[in-house]
Amino acid sequence: MQQSSRRWFLLSSAFALLWSSTHALGATIRGALPFFSKASPPERVVAGTWKYFTSDEATLMEALVDRIIPTDPETPGGKDIGCVVFIDAQLAGPYGDSAWLYTNGPFHKGTKEQGPQSADPPAVQYRKFLAALDHYCRSSGTPFVRLGDDKKDEILHGVEDSKIKFDGIDAKAFFATLVKDTQRGFFADPIYGGNKDMAAWKMIGFPGARYDYRDWIDRHNERYPNPPVGIADHPTWSASR
Amino acid sequence: MATKLPRKDVAIIGLGWTGSILAHQLTEAGLDVVAIERGPWRDTATDFSPAYMQDELRFRIAHEFFLRPAQASLTFRNNENQEALPVRSWGAFMLGNGAGGAGIHWNAETWRFLPTDFTARSHLTQRYGTEFLPKDMTIQDWGVTYDELEPHYDSFEYLCGTSGAAGNLKGAVQQGGNPFEGVRSRPYPTPPQKQGFGHTLFGKAAAELGYKPFPQPSGNLSEAYTNPLGVKMGPCTYCGYCEWFGCGNYSKASPQTTILPVLVRKSNFEARCECEVTRINLNAARDRATGVTYVDTSGNEWEQPADIVILAAFQLFNVQLLLLSGVGKMYDPKTGEGQIGRNFSHQTMSSATAFFDKTKFNFNPFIASGSIGMCIDEFNGDNFDHGPLGFVGGGYIGQVQTSGRPIENAQVPFDTPAWGAKWKQAVKDNYLSTIYAPSACHGSCYSYRTNHIDLDPTYKDRFGRPLIRMTMDLHDNELKMSAFLTDKYAEILQHMGANRVEKTPRKGPYDVTKYQTSHLCGGAIMGDNPNNSAVNRYLQSWDVPNLFVQGASAFPQNAGYNPTGTVGALAFWSAKAIKEQYLKNPGPLVHA
Amino acid sequence: MRKRRAVLCMSMALAAVGVVTACAYAAQDNQVARDSEDFSAIERGHYLTIVGDCAACHTGPDGKPLAGGRPIETPFGYLRSPNITPDRQTGIGQWSDDEFVSAMSKGVGRDGRHLYPGMPYTYYDKVDRKDLLAIRAYLQTIAPVRKAVDVNQLHFPFNIRASMIAWDALFFHPAPFKPKAEKSADWNRGAYLVEGLMHCGACHTPKNVLGADEASATFKGSPLQGWFAPNLTTDQAKGVGAWSDDDLITFLKTGHNRMADASGPMAEVVARSTSQMTDADLRAVTTYLRDQTPPPPSMATPLAPDDGAVKIGAAIYRDECSACHKADGHGVAGLFPALAHAPFVVSDDPTSLLHVVLRGGQSVATDAAPTSPAMPPFGWLLTDEQAAAVVTYIRNSWGNVASKVDADTVAHERADLAKRTD
Repeated sequence: MQQSSRRWFLLSSAFALLWSSTHALGATIRGALPFFSKASPPERVVAGTWKYFTSDEATLMEALVDRIIPTDPETPGGKDIGCVVFIDAQLAGPYGDSAWLYTNGPFHKGTKEQGPQSADPPAVQYRKFLAALDHYCRSSGTPFVRLGDDKKDEILHGVEDSKIKFDGIDAKAFFATLVKDTQRGFFADPIYGGNKDMAAWKMIGFPGARYDYRDWIDRHNERYPNPPVGIADHPTWSASR
Repeated sequence: MATKLPRKDVAIIGLGWTGSILAHQLTEAGLDVVAIERGPWRDTATDFSPAYMQDELRFRIAHEFFLRPAQASLTFRNNENQEALPVRSWGAFMLGNGAGGAGIHWNAETWRFLPTDFTARSHLTQRYGTEFLPKDMTIQDWGVTYDELEPHYDSFEYLCGTSGAAGNLKGAVQQGGNPFEGVRSRPYPTPPQKQGFGHTLFGKAAAELGYKPFPQPSGNLSEAYTNPLGVKMGPCTYCGYCEWFGCGNYSKASPQTTILPVLVRKSNFEARCECEVTRINLNAARDRATGVTYVDTSGNEWEQPADIVILAAFQLFNVQLLLLSGVGKMYDPKTGEGQIGRNFSHQTMSSATAFFDKTKFNFNPFIASGSIGMCIDEFNGDNFDHGPLGFVGGGYIGQVQTSGRPIENAQVPFDTPAWGAKWKQAVKDNYLSTIYAPSACHGSCYSYRTNHIDLDPTYKDRFGRPLIRMTMDLHDNELKMSAFLTDKYAEILQHMGANRVEKTPRKGPYDVTKYQTSHLCGGAIMGDNPNNSAVNRYLQSWDVPNLFVQGASAFPQNAGYNPTGTVGALAFWSAKAIKEQYLKNPGPLVHA
Repeated sequence: MRKRRAVLCMSMALAAVGVVTACAYAAQDNQVARDSEDFSAIERGHYLTIVGDCAACHTGPDGKPLAGGRPIETPFGYLRSPNITPDRQTGIGQWSDDEFVSAMSKGVGRDGRHLYPGMPYTYYDKVDRKDLLAIRAYLQTIAPVRKAVDVNQLHFPFNIRASMIAWDALFFHPAPFKPKAEKSADWNRGAYLVEGLMHCGACHTPKNVLGADEASATFKGSPLQGWFAPNLTTDQAKGVGAWSDDDLITFLKTGHNRMADASGPMAEVVARSTSQMTDADLRAVTTYLRDQTPPPPSMATPLAPDDGAVKIGAAIYRDECSACHKADGHGVAGLFPALAHAPFVVSDDPTSLLHVVLRGGQSVATDAAPTSPAMPPFGWLLTDEQAAAVVTYIRNSWGNVASKVDADTVAHERADLAKRTD
């Protein structure tokens, strides 16, 4: 989310910015529509080094997302499609520390209808949950990552159904967040680190970041033929070698 | 200590739809106008670039264009007995931010309310008797009629270039339009949009069931258009990134695409963005606004004196500024006294999800516009006999699926596990053959004694001011209506040939985490006397006659339509009264 | 392509009278009073300053009208436009009528020094003395602004003003405008405006190495400030031969017509000058500009659709461009320029096309067409190869025929744009 740099540009540029003792600081617009020859696209998330997770946390996360979205013969699972790369980048950004949200106290647990009231932002919730899950599994003898798929699923169902509880953590609520974030990584534009090769879009038949379907609005009940494109993912833009 | 700036004729708080309309109308009348907007300037080519606007994560999930709760939020509770807690992240509604306001991210569904919506209480009590309405329902007549607003609906539609099929042209019902609509003086400025497969199929099924389906009136234009201000719009490309997104190709009506290009050229207009108004300043007698005080990006405070103040923020913040500035008297639900904060309402939205045989149906749900869709109006307002049904109100029903963005739209049958291999398979099996239109049943939300807005005693905003406190619940009347509309919608989906239809009528309690349109209404309502309203029929404050409060905060209750058409019409109506009456004789336009 | 870029001109780069130096204070008034009392002359002078677009160059970044200080970009360095307000010390308040006329039409300033041809005196020699004095009369009525401008910021040897004597001797042969009896009054009025005050060729006619107009190539287009001032000949493809008279008039009046939208330097010209000209003058300008013998239509054929670059370009166009400019390249009148049959698209010099692709651009707002739509930049997204491919595709589709653009050309344009401060 590159908005801050664009705003900085806006504020620092010479256009109609007034800041003297008789004028307020802010963007004053008058006379003409301003034009900026500057784009504010998202920055591409590149796999390689973890931005937030420790490598142990990342390994555990990869095992988790592979159960939430398992691999099948046609479409990769959560790990290979990049869901952990996605979540890691999200947690390192404004989502992770709830930078854009209302975070003033006091914090009271309210009703379901009043929405989440945790004092912990998502990044902290992830860290606590991963540590608790790891502790739980090791206490039972085997780290999560070394369990068989059925056993892993059994534990996750236990968390989901509140049969397994962790001290000081609303594990059931967190697990719903984990599922939601994983599915977001699966379906979001690949520029954010998940949905590698737009595989999730190909799986469902979603053409991605296209912006013009005028030729297709009238073609009812026909399968749209063009493959997906991403904001910065365009397989047809280079010569096939 | 605020630094005093040179006087202006008019200070406008907020540069969304109503602020832009008022600014244009009043600069045309020769007044010197400044608009103060707390969000950033927004520009089509940079902020809505079609090279990266198609980003569900950034704009739909991370809410980039919306007001950030860190900047301003509210607290919420269902009833007086609960402690209100802050809305930490947006859920039930989205609040616009920046030049263009919510006019940037709306779907551009551009409806007119029914004539009887404006006389809701007198009409319903006349037809069904005084005992028919629930006891604590506080609906009332608006103080303005459809006929009075008609020319202003027309102005807003021609400003926006709205695409639609007239249903009642000068009293003659038109084939293919909405036969229930009020009399309109002219056709829509542009023909209806095209419809996708699922939308067309719905229209066909509805017609077979005896309804009169019509295309939804759309501010995503069917063809290029030049509005009366000379501003050009392009044709919609059915990209499926409309609601929550800005339009990258000038085809969605917004202040950016209809007014701002002309407004900024005027020598008697100036917009100050990233400046937040913290207070409307009043004289000692509290019967005249002297201007506004605002804070700039570096925290400096400025006083902008003005002869007329136009409050044109979002509904919640209109009410908050009135309360914080001491305009009028805060509403008390126990005594029913006070006008600021009463008759808060929202929208009772519900739907059903229809799963079809994937070997026979391919809807390409991603080919859509924000206000595409076929609708029926048989169950809106008082278009049907409520006598045997035991509720009042209603809504349009329509196949109004606006996108196939997969994070939001990858629907699976309800008995599918939430994750794992079965979830993945179900997503794959259903994506192209499911109809999922969360706002298909666009129910009204009437007002009640207990649903209101005041100030929170605990939680503060970044300036240390109290957050607004929303006390809101759904009442039996709305829940019954929602169940009724949802059943009717589901019948049509079934008739389309769905394998499976899963109904999601609105259930109580009101949940601030579940999206149910951004149509918050009331709190500074209009009416025919100061005992039942905050503003008169011209949106002029009863208490402070040089203050005009625009927007849906004036709705005494919400009808079964999207509100923007009516918000726009009221803005033109209010501007006309200012230009033609107030300027000649400044003072109350209606004498109590 | 790069060679052409080196042949940048000087006089194309708007104006600068290099004559303002600090003068000793002189109490004597001079003889402008007579004309300045004539209200109709002042009115006419005001209109003529609009036709000549004096304010474009002579208004600096501080926005004080006609007080100078705008940096004028030339291939030989910068000039700063002088102050032409009637301030007696820093403006032209002390000049006599003859001194003013001499500067305008002979390129020789008050102190006898030669002006730099950034000031288009090479066109203004065609302007009647009566009109020049009307301009003078108007300029005497505007608010004087005290602002000294250091005009000359050119590189050696052009910073030596005497070099302009030689330049004038080579390239400047002052001659008054001579109407052609066989042409209509309309045509003659158009010729008078185009070849004189409007100085269209200053931007639209290619220059030789020393920045003088190449007479043999009048109106064939020329590079300008990171753009390419397009071909104004009646060439059907590369010029405006396919436009109707009304297309041309509408373009000059509003900045937009059914195919094109003015952006870059022409946006300023339309906003300040042509949109404010009378309909009769615009029609005259059109009559004159259209009276040229068009070159024979080109027999060239477009690159084949299976050309590698064209194929990639087609994919890029479909993904990024079609939502505005439409799959058929026809755009939307007044909003998204047509790319099919567009002179700026098929120009031999693709600078303008690359400029808008890489950096975006905003078209002009006028009272008649206030929308001012803008193109977002794509330089962040496209590699040099990809930008080359998409413009090559656009230049060879929908009836367009033009040369292939290679990645090196894009790289140079990208580097040039990165250096620009505007």
